Amino acid sequence: MTSKKTGMDTDAARRRFLGGAAALTTLSLAPGVTLIASAEAKEAHDATSTKMRWGMLIDARKCDSECTLCVDACRDEMGWGTPADRKPRPKTDAQWIRKVHVTDPKTTHTFSLPVMCQHCESPTCVDVCPTGASFKRVDGVVLVDKHICIGCRYCMMACPYKARSFVHEDISNQKPHAPRGKGTVEACTLCVHRVDRGGIPACVERCATAGRKAMLFGDLNDPESEIAKAVAEFATKQIRADLGLNPGIRYQGI
Amino acid sequence: MRRSFGFFAILAVLATVVLGTPSTAADAEGRVPMPDLWRGKGEKCLEPATDMRRYHMNYLKHQRNDTLYKGIRGTKYSLKECIECHAVPVPGKKGERSVEHFCDQCHTYAAVWIDCFQCHASKLHEEGGASK
Repeated sequence: MTSKKTGMDTDAARRRFLGGAAALTTLSLAPGVTLIASAEAKEAHDATSTKMRWGMLIDARKCDSECTLCVDACRDEMGWGTPADRKPRPKTDAQWIRKVHVTDPKTTHTFSLPVMCQHCESPTCVDVCPTGASFKRVDGVVLVDKHICIGCRYCMMACPYKARSFVHEDISNQKPHAPRGKGTVEACTLCVHRVDRGGIPACVERCATAGRKAMLFGDLNDPESEIAKAVAEFATKQIRADLGLNPGIRYQGI
Repeated sequence: MRRSFGFFAILAVLATVVLGTPSTAADAEGRVPMPDLWRGKGEKCLEPATDMRRYHMNYLKHQRNDTLYKGIRGTKYSLKECIECHAVPVPGKKGERSVEHFCDQCHTYAAVWIDCFQCHASKLHEEGGASK
């Protein structure tokens, strides 16, 4: 990728320009380079695009109520678990993904499913955020820009899925790919640090490695993708579909 | 007459000692003492040292916005790349290497408070480096 010339370089650029005419050549070449960029599958260096809509399909019939592999995988990957040196505080400790057990009182039919940020097409958290810290990437992933999050927790109240957590205490030993800090709100990132490099989320990977294969990740906009074929073939549901938020996470067997 | 000559001779010697010596030292080191830095690995940084000194925060900020909003990964100005080279030994903490200490060397000197490392990892990570 060519390095961008931005406003910050003004002083330096002026000096270089005055020093020689080479700067002119660089400037005129730069736009040409972007024009011939490939529009195919995303490499780590490419920007994400609206062509993609990342989503997940979770088959609750393959999801064992005792199994917490996806939750453990997320905790290991992102480092949000209770620190080893203190007791868990379930009411306030961060939780990016949780297993929810549902029983129909009329029939006693029971099932279990993982619930995390549902990466809505019309996210309520983004609507209410007063600073613009809550945002949706063009490929449908809903994130928090913690640099501008003021920790007001309005998004936590707005989210119908209770997907977001607030960090109450100082944190140390964060993972390099998952910065976390006191006073900010956080949630599932759909493992964008992996997805941007062509990988799959940690939870999906762990579920598949263990042979359960209850979670399927992919591009809902790509008709050739496994997930797009699956949602076209089988009846799938979104949680609280009545709210019309169009989540990117879909479920089977609920 | 002889007495006043002696007085001026002593004054001249004193003036050389008092004024002369500091001005020579100032010429060699600049007007203020500079911090003695741990510099990190490698011959040179991504850009010339003068550019890095003045613009590193802008490089980082633009990179961070590109990564967070556009999903552009693995480009050269990432904070993880800083850690790769600039995780330097922390005085008083044996075996610990941190980029935070590298940054603090100048920021403490210049009284600039940064809070990057309240959230971001500042140490080399065990599992194969910081840029996993």
